[in-house]
Amino acid sequence: MQPEKQEKSLVRQVLQAILDATLVPFLAIFTAVLIGGLIIKIVGGDPFVAYKALLQGAFGSKKALSETAIWATPYIFAGLAVALAFRGGLFNIGAEGQLAFGAVFSALIGYALPGWLGFDLPFYIHLPLTILAGALAGGTWAAIVGALKAYTGGHEVINTIMMNYIALNMTSFLVGGIMKDKNPLNVISRTPLIAESARIAPIFDGLRIHWGFVLALVMAFAVWWLLNKTTLGFEIRTVGLNPDAAKYAGINVKRIIIITMLFSGILAGLAGSVEVTGLNYRHELGFSSGYGYDAIAIALLGKSHPLGVVLASFLFAAMRNGATRMQFMTQLPVDLISMIQALILLFVAADAIVRYIYRIKVKGERVVLTRGWGG
Amino acid sequence: MTENNIVLEAKGITKQFPGVLASDNVNFDLRKGEIHALLGENGAGKSTLMNLIYGLHNPDKGEIFVNGKAVVIHSPKDSIALGIGMVHQHFMLIPVFDVAENVMLGDETTKRGSLDHKFVADRIKEISAQYGLDVDPNALVGSLPVGIQQRVEIVKTLYRNAEIVILDEPTAVLTPQEAEDLFRIMRDLTARGVSIIFITHKLKEVLAVADRITVMRAGRVINTVTPAETDSAQLANMMVGRQVILTVDKQDHKAENEILKVEGLTVRDQRDLETVHNVSFTVRAGEVLGIAGVQGNGQTELSEALTGLRFPTGGKVTIAGRDLTSKSPRIITQAGLAHIPEDRQRHGLVLSYSIADNMALCDYYYPPFSQRGVMQPKALDENARKLISEYDVRTPSPFVNAGKLSGGNQQKVIVARELSRENVKLVIANQPTRGLDVGSIEYIHSEIIKMRDRGIAVLLISAELDEIMALSDRIAVMYRGNIVTIIETKKTSREQLGLWMAGAHVEHA
Repeated sequence: MQPEKQEKSLVRQVLQAILDATLVPFLAIFTAVLIGGLIIKIVGGDPFVAYKALLQGAFGSKKALSETAIWATPYIFAGLAVALAFRGGLFNIGAEGQLAFGAVFSALIGYALPGWLGFDLPFYIHLPLTILAGALAGGTWAAIVGALKAYTGGHEVINTIMMNYIALNMTSFLVGGIMKDKNPLNVISRTPLIAESARIAPIFDGLRIHWGFVLALVMAFAVWWLLNKTTLGFEIRTVGLNPDAAKYAGINVKRIIIITMLFSGILAGLAGSVEVTGLNYRHELGFSSGYGYDAIAIALLGKSHPLGVVLASFLFAAMRNGATRMQFMTQLPVDLISMIQALILLFVAADAIVRYIYRIKVKGERVVLTRGWGG
Repeated sequence: MTENNIVLEAKGITKQFPGVLASDNVNFDLRKGEIHALLGENGAGKSTLMNLIYGLHNPDKGEIFVNGKAVVIHSPKDSIALGIGMVHQHFMLIPVFDVAENVMLGDETTKRGSLDHKFVADRIKEISAQYGLDVDPNALVGSLPVGIQQRVEIVKTLYRNAEIVILDEPTAVLTPQEAEDLFRIMRDLTARGVSIIFITHKLKEVLAVADRITVMRAGRVINTVTPAETDSAQLANMMVGRQVILTVDKQDHKAENEILKVEGLTVRDQRDLETVHNVSFTVRAGEVLGIAGVQGNGQTELSEALTGLRFPTGGKVTIAGRDLTSKSPRIITQAGLAHIPEDRQRHGLVLSYSIADNMALCDYYYPPFSQRGVMQPKALDENARKLISEYDVRTPSPFVNAGKLSGGNQQKVIVARELSRENVKLVIANQPTRGLDVGSIEYIHSEIIKMRDRGIAVLLISAELDEIMALSDRIAVMYRGNIVTIIETKKTSREQLGLWMAGAHVEHA
């Protein structure tokens, strides 16, 4: 065996693996865009004009790029949350609630902490505390589901959905009640503005893009590093791929399930926290509606790989951001974009359709993202 | 009986699967009223050939003739219509249905819109009497012993008027005595004009029951012979393609102090039924204790309880003087256990991990594989390369996924990982050679004996009586969750063990 030849084949293997992993998502996007174009045509629009407007709206100017990155930021955090859980064999449907909780607690610490203490905090203390509060709120909320799974076998899909109801209603109760902005001019459910010292600064003057976006990219790298380089990541992946073998190997499967959910929830909590501290500077009820569910789509499209999640987040962000301009230029409804996103997800989830259309053979074993109800 | 009356013939059958030529220009014929054994190792192409005949796959090339007529078989429905029946290794029975309901399943007879249970039951009684099968149509299938369940499967094929019956590894789940019964039934069937294809990898059975033997290897037919003109050694050579040592070379070895001590162990399975009752035994350093028994008599739960995968409900497990009852697999492994699990793909490996990762599956968390919480790919790689060459794992590189290896090589990965660990004091090997090729079996047997000769205690659990007899110094027989006896291998016989495995009363001398 010549080492050089082997290295080469290793490079080829890696390239092949990348191709295998990206082919179906790429074709899914392509097919969905094609069908979207067809529908635009049927309703009397010009698909080329529409898509051009979409691209301009997403990437056509500095401002457009900045706004796309802003859309992408919570998607990356929440997408990573769902992807990390997937890799540990868990289906975290609860990013929506974890995210809302993260936002609520960040907002609370952001506006109320100086008042409680009776003095102002420097930003290098207040901001980390604010973000940490949101991350831990999301993490705890998810870890409860992890513990239920580990100790009672209660399925995380059901329990995260139930926890979403609790989190979203509690959020509504808090933001519309004791946390409501007391300003007499305010009539909607929103918190007061958070202190200056709890805000993430914009990267450039005049653009809304903030350092939270950079933090999202750093977290993507961190998740990749955790999963692929650390001993804990090895344990998480082993539990995800084969919990029986994990138990045999001496891994404390219960502990890993709880840790995986904790980390997943922390990431989802960060999504909410960074929206509050970097963009809105307050929690306004319903601002994050649907992010947690989009995150599932993003994790699926990104094949639960951190880089894939970043790319998928950009795709979804670009579509959301460009949609406004598309609607303005062509009078086509924004809903069309939601439809194309749904089609992409449909083709990724039911990849047999894409494989059939493009005659791609299945290679190797199928990756099972989630196990059945038996756990 | 050997007038050349050919009922089934396959000519030049070729079937290509991605990467494997599973069937390479295979010719095979079956005469009326004969038992034609199809002998070969796992992966030799026996099942592929039968799946082609039974219509589960379509051949790329070649023709199949039934009673002299060329036929195209698209599905099992076609083959059933042509009078071909198949009894799979894993029974296709519904335990909560009675025999008659199982038999009519997929071919229900109705009378005024409801199932005609009586008509079917009468047919079954008729068939059962005709072929000496002795099956009660009203018995609940789940309550029947495995040997009888198998007869239900045979009745199913006969009920559908099968004249050609394919039996796929039928003796794998039977005691030696049940197997004898099956052979008698097979002879009764052929005497009444049914033709049988008998798929197996067991040489003794073939020589005992077959009229002709076709040996397959690597998708090709090697030869077709009669039992009179051959013997086990020759058949083994044809199967493997080289000289095979059929007996394990084993010197007497003095057993020393107790390593594993099991006292009054009681275990429940996942349905919360007690499947191991108050079991006690010891394994000493330098001996192999074999646990013989038909599958499903508590061996799985026993080994799970000993290795930490399941907590016992009573009793005590001591390894090398330490009480390890209800301790986690990690702690038991650290105390000196090497565990070759029963189901290598479920417990032993993560199939989508590389060989290198799998070879450190139980040891990944301490140096050199892990330093300050970070995995060390270089150490994993070095470890894998060393073990691959020491344990003769056939793979192009340590980066290959374990799932891509053959069963034999997968098992070698596990054996290498477990037996190479430094502090091993006890080896628990559960069905260590199930489904493996002869070459790998030889290898794993020799490794087990090597461990014993190094003064390590070995607990061998196997449903293969030959394996138990070849490797063990002492044998414990397990029946319905009890150890009915423990005896020195020298002082017993295959027949005697077979009786005990079937629940015969043990006479204490």
